[in-house]
Amino acid sequence: MTAPASTPAARERDLKAALKEAAFAALITFGLCIPIIAWGTRQNMDNVLVLDPRWDAVAWAVAIVFVGRFLVALRQQTKDKRKPMVRLLPHGTVGFFQRHSRLFSLFGLGFLVTFPIIAINLAGWSGALKWIDNFGVQILIYVMLGWGLNIVVGLAGLLDLGYVAFYAVGAYSYALLAKNFGLSFWILLPLSGILAAFWGMLLGFPVLRLRGDYLAIVTLAFGEIIRLVLINWVDFSGGYAGISGIPRPTFFGTPFNASDTGFAAKFGFEFSPLHRTIFLYYVILALALITAFVTLRLRRLPVGRAWEALREDEIACRSLGINTTNTKLTAFSIGAMFGGFAGSFFAARQGFISPESFVFMESATILAIVVLGGMGSLWGCAIAAIVMVGGTELLRELDWLKQVFGNEFDPTKYRMLLFGFAMVVIMIWKPRGLISTREPTAYLKEKKAISADMVQEGHG
Amino acid sequence: MEVFLQQLINGLTLGSIYGLIAIGYTMVFGIIGMVNFSHGDVFMLSAFIALIFFMLIASFFGAAMIVLALIFVLVLAMFFTALWGWTIERLAYRPLRGSFRLAPLISAIGMSIFLMNFVQLVQGPRNKSTPPMLNKSITLIESATYSVQISYKQIVIIVTTAVLLAAFWYLVQKTPLGRAQRACEQDRKMAALLGVDVDRTISITFIMGAALAAVAGVMYLVLYGVVSFHDGFVPGVKAFTAAVLGGIGSLPGAVLGGLLIGLIEVMWSGYFSIDYKDVAAFCILAIVLVFMPSGILGRPEVEKV
Repeated sequence: MTAPASTPAARERDLKAALKEAAFAALITFGLCIPIIAWGTRQNMDNVLVLDPRWDAVAWAVAIVFVGRFLVALRQQTKDKRKPMVRLLPHGTVGFFQRHSRLFSLFGLGFLVTFPIIAINLAGWSGALKWIDNFGVQILIYVMLGWGLNIVVGLAGLLDLGYVAFYAVGAYSYALLAKNFGLSFWILLPLSGILAAFWGMLLGFPVLRLRGDYLAIVTLAFGEIIRLVLINWVDFSGGYAGISGIPRPTFFGTPFNASDTGFAAKFGFEFSPLHRTIFLYYVILALALITAFVTLRLRRLPVGRAWEALREDEIACRSLGINTTNTKLTAFSIGAMFGGFAGSFFAARQGFISPESFVFMESATILAIVVLGGMGSLWGCAIAAIVMVGGTELLRELDWLKQVFGNEFDPTKYRMLLFGFAMVVIMIWKPRGLISTREPTAYLKEKKAISADMVQEGHG
Repeated sequence: MEVFLQQLINGLTLGSIYGLIAIGYTMVFGIIGMVNFSHGDVFMLSAFIALIFFMLIASFFGAAMIVLALIFVLVLAMFFTALWGWTIERLAYRPLRGSFRLAPLISAIGMSIFLMNFVQLVQGPRNKSTPPMLNKSITLIESATYSVQISYKQIVIIVTTAVLLAAFWYLVQKTPLGRAQRACEQDRKMAALLGVDVDRTISITFIMGAALAAVAGVMYLVLYGVVSFHDGFVPGVKAFTAAVLGGIGSLPGAVLGGLLIGLIEVMWSGYFSIDYKDVAAFCILAIVLVFMPSGILGRPEVEKV
């Protein structure tokens, strides 16, 4: 576990030292495994807790760590210390992508627009449902949420751990207003955005003085308060049971059903449940693109520049006469508004919502997408959403693993485990995110190669 | 009055547990300025470790000598949880020291998710309950309508907490180790220049925090007799609230905050509504942070430009 002593003179492999390292790591692993893996607890037939010894699992864990640590230690001995450990992409790849980002954006956009058609052609009408719904719509919701939170975290630098509260406000606004007043999706979509923005401002006011970790914890508390109120105020929100039978969105007034006035009959198609999914896909795609467009435009407006200035240095901001109160509140409310849009879309897509969908884990997921993607970078968010959400969705598809590990093996159980693990690993590997383009859009005379934050870390 | 007294006892018991967890938050925040988000889950993990050891000891020696068994479980749980705390710091936080402000927090959130799901995976998603232990209680005040009782569990919890707190307070205030810790808290660079091994000191801080969380875990198990994999989050946030309320960075403050939070929670559920007890705790967190960010016993933060 400690760094191996590799002086330039002793460049040849020192097996003994590596073995020592590996043995130490294995010993630690053994200690970690002792109670928690070595014995499983299980309720037996009489509902009494019994222990199952599982020393084989411990042996596996220890063996894997021993071998892994041994190989890493050997590798570190032969490696030049100055060289980076791994280089997945050839030098200059990121720069190439950045130079041609417009081209890649167009390409990506083209792919997204034609995605349903590609999916139908590749997987057929029955198989495409899963791909468009589980992958397309699901990932796009998170992309949109990531881009919305990116305004708060990435641009304004305010760490928000309760973003899911606004998602919940949007979802419940749509569900309650649509069920109780029969308003349509297209009226409620902007309305829930406005309501969420209002809540964003309301929750933003008291926390204006806070910064950093404190802000994070208070926003987390607000997120939890909203969820707990939704659970306990049964008359209003239905409590744990949630709200079901939420009206589904219509094609500008034409419902997606098999009736004569339905979408399929009206346009002369054969009825298929896929129509609604494809429609929903384009709606969320449009919403996500609007979010991206607004973000890009806002960055060039005075308010966007004020956000970026606030992120870089709040004190300097204040001394230059920027109204930090307004700047923070606009960031909070605009970010919340996009969360509200996504929430109302989510409610319309599911047809059922409950407080279970708005737990802290969702906030953490969205924040992970923003931070892992590289704060402030739209591309980074999109890629992180695809990796984190799409990657964990892909685990559902890994049925062949059952043939390797036996029938009880269920890859989906490892979903969140891998998710948390990935968060830690990506942070250690690339603390600034996968795509770290956090340059201010406005600069004086010439762009500095290194931002102020990097200098603080000692890169300058 | 009797009801109030009873709630006071219950609140102090719960508050002791929060106080023990809060110390882990406050020490880590004091020394490296980071919210150790996974601390609540370390607490939950320690409760599981304690559960397994308790059952092992019970299956070998029978449940006859419960006090001796509890002491054994306490020591073992403290040791193994401290090992977890050390490993987490070593793998997830140390590489990020000196990185940008949010990086350790994100890593800690990831660690929290990892630990929660790890325990769910290896121990199953269901609630785990222990056989009842220490069920006797002493009646303090007997009246016609209501009698105030203090159970053996509550006595054990309050006494253990008090003893351990005294021990740790001595450790931080009077020993060279504690001096090194306080030096790192004030200025890490300067402490390093003066020959304090900063990395080692931080490791020990995490070990101490985890060990105290393990004590809290054992006490939690004794008090409720049930634990499940998602029991770490809410006590974790409440303990953090306690640390903030008492003044983050201050050891007596964390305990005071813990006791206050425990009392408020119990009083709130006793007199108002049990459904909203968590809301009350979260509201206190928000109110304290907004209006009194330095807490009750904390030093006000000086903003340096």
